[in-house]
Amino acid sequence: MTPILEVQNVNKRFGGLKALDDVNLTVMEGTVHAIIGPNGAGKSTLLNCFVGRLVPDTGAVTFAGQSLIGRKPHEINQAGVSRVFQTPEIFEDLTVLENVMIPALAQRDGAFRMHGWFPMSREAQIRDKAEQALSDVSMADKRRMQAGSLSRGDKRRLEMAMCLVQDPRLLLLDEPTAGMARADTNATIDLLKRIGHERNITKVVIEHDMHVVFSLADRISVLAQGHVIVEDAPQNIKGNPKVQEAYLGGAHQ
Amino acid sequence: MNTKTSDTLLLIVFSIAVLAGPIILAPFGAGYPDLLQKFAIYGIFAIGFNILFGLTGYLSFGHAAFLGVGSYAAVWMFKLLSMNIIPAVIFAVIVGGLFSLVIGFISLRRSGIYFSILTLAFAQMCYNLAYSVLTPITNGETGLQVTLSDPRILDAASTDGQAPASNLFGFDMISTYETTFAGMTLQFNLGFYICALILILSFWISMRLFRSPFGMMLRAVKSNQNRMSYTGLDTKPYALAAFVISGMFAGLAGGLLAAMDPLAGAERMQWTASGEVVLMTILGGAGTLLGPVLGAGLIKYFENIFSAINDATLHGVFSFLPDGLNDAVSAVLSLFVGEGWHLTLGLIFMLIVTFLPGGLIEGALRIGRLFTSRSKADPQNGEARAPAPAE
Repeated sequence: MTPILEVQNVNKRFGGLKALDDVNLTVMEGTVHAIIGPNGAGKSTLLNCFVGRLVPDTGAVTFAGQSLIGRKPHEINQAGVSRVFQTPEIFEDLTVLENVMIPALAQRDGAFRMHGWFPMSREAQIRDKAEQALSDVSMADKRRMQAGSLSRGDKRRLEMAMCLVQDPRLLLLDEPTAGMARADTNATIDLLKRIGHERNITKVVIEHDMHVVFSLADRISVLAQGHVIVEDAPQNIKGNPKVQEAYLGGAHQ
Repeated sequence: MNTKTSDTLLLIVFSIAVLAGPIILAPFGAGYPDLLQKFAIYGIFAIGFNILFGLTGYLSFGHAAFLGVGSYAAVWMFKLLSMNIIPAVIFAVIVGGLFSLVIGFISLRRSGIYFSILTLAFAQMCYNLAYSVLTPITNGETGLQVTLSDPRILDAASTDGQAPASNLFGFDMISTYETTFAGMTLQFNLGFYICALILILSFWISMRLFRSPFGMMLRAVKSNQNRMSYTGLDTKPYALAAFVISGMFAGLAGGLLAAMDPLAGAERMQWTASGEVVLMTILGGAGTLLGPVLGAGLIKYFENIFSAINDATLHGVFSFLPDGLNDAVSAVLSLFVGEGWHLTLGLIFMLIVTFLPGGLIEGALRIGRLFTSRSKADPQNGEARAPAPAE
């Protein structure tokens, strides 16, 4: 197994607050790496450093051998990193199918192309690909709906389809099951397991739901106060006294 | 009926309606060449503006600047090259495009209200420069005109002591065929038909753009730029491309204004002119294909017809009322006509933005739905793509 994402000595400060304190992390290709930790531990800040939303003050972030520091979000995506947000980021005014066709076009045509003459109806391949991605998340029947009118759970699944249609090498998921009913959570776990297995997509998951974490993760990093306190296999995490201390009695269990 | 068939149908109906303009509008007192040309030209202007505002949501408050420089560019072509309108109009489009490239590149560094303010500032700068340091090019307050002493390399010899007229291979823009039908004078003017053909062409181009992958990307810019960048798309060139395309349409409209009447003045670039195209687009329905043309027609109609009504006309209309009442009614209504036509326009605008945020097109769709909703449920009509509320 080769490392696909390497984080070395990353620091990030917001004024007086040290959000990330010398973070080190290595994600192996083809695995699911979970990042857990109490609120305010710096999990989302770390994820933002991977996608170009934030630039670390010091340290290195390397994806598949190339540095991600200072690169723009669209360049990082074109390199093969897709992200699912905590609050679904979708094109609310567009139809569900259009929402998925846009990432498919972005993957085929790059960051900008002026294909302004021939109608969208000619893009049969893109449409097929998008419809396939929608049926992967069981939303094929909603493809004509306006995305803004979907339920919150459906928006999350749509965003997942938008990421998966690009065949990313690395998929970042920021609390993919937050606010979902148990049945939907299980469906999402199944989907992520199945997709990961079929296409060899590496995943980094931030999650509060320990059920999700322990069903999915091959490796877990525990973040507290901007610092990685433990990194280990799931079976060794539960009993670790440092982790229990960080969670103050494991209220999230 | 799929999108392609309904689009073809829309284009055919639109073309027929435009070409029959002189006949359709004659009963409304709007069938004379000068106004018809304005309908078509401002329709083109609004179509272009809608590509920027309707699709990407970037509200430019300076598009009249591109219209203005288009006019100047065209008149300079008349002065230097030939009174043929083809080089003039082409040059106007190019100059409009170049100006919008520079202004768009700088203004698009910001979004929302700051973008609007930047475009407004640039347009006011163009307006003031035209009156001050650039007077050698713009001829200041007098306005740029063609004169007998112009070099006019290609056709200087053909003018014979008369003020030269703009033409297309010898056919003058002002030549008009008049006929009488059912008591109305119908005027078929060459200049109008040139503008009408370009309007139809512009409508067709905008239709293709709306349905293309590029058009979808522009709607994505309006919907969620954040998601776009995390999806691997660079939003800036998309917005800039839309800005330049709409600037070229504005340049085209300005060039045509000069082609119909070969003079150019800085007042075309004033902020009120920029605001007018915003009103046209919102009034008709931003983001719809047909809306901006309807909005442009309505505003130009009001500007020309309502502003021509005066006290005497009102007294004439209400002459059936007793004298005192007639005076009172006329006094109230006279506030809304003549010089006060802006008041009427403002009221209509307020009503439409409040009750029909999708503009006239939304109104038409609602009326249409009253008749069709019971027979079949068709939520996604091909024409109006989910009219977004005006911001």
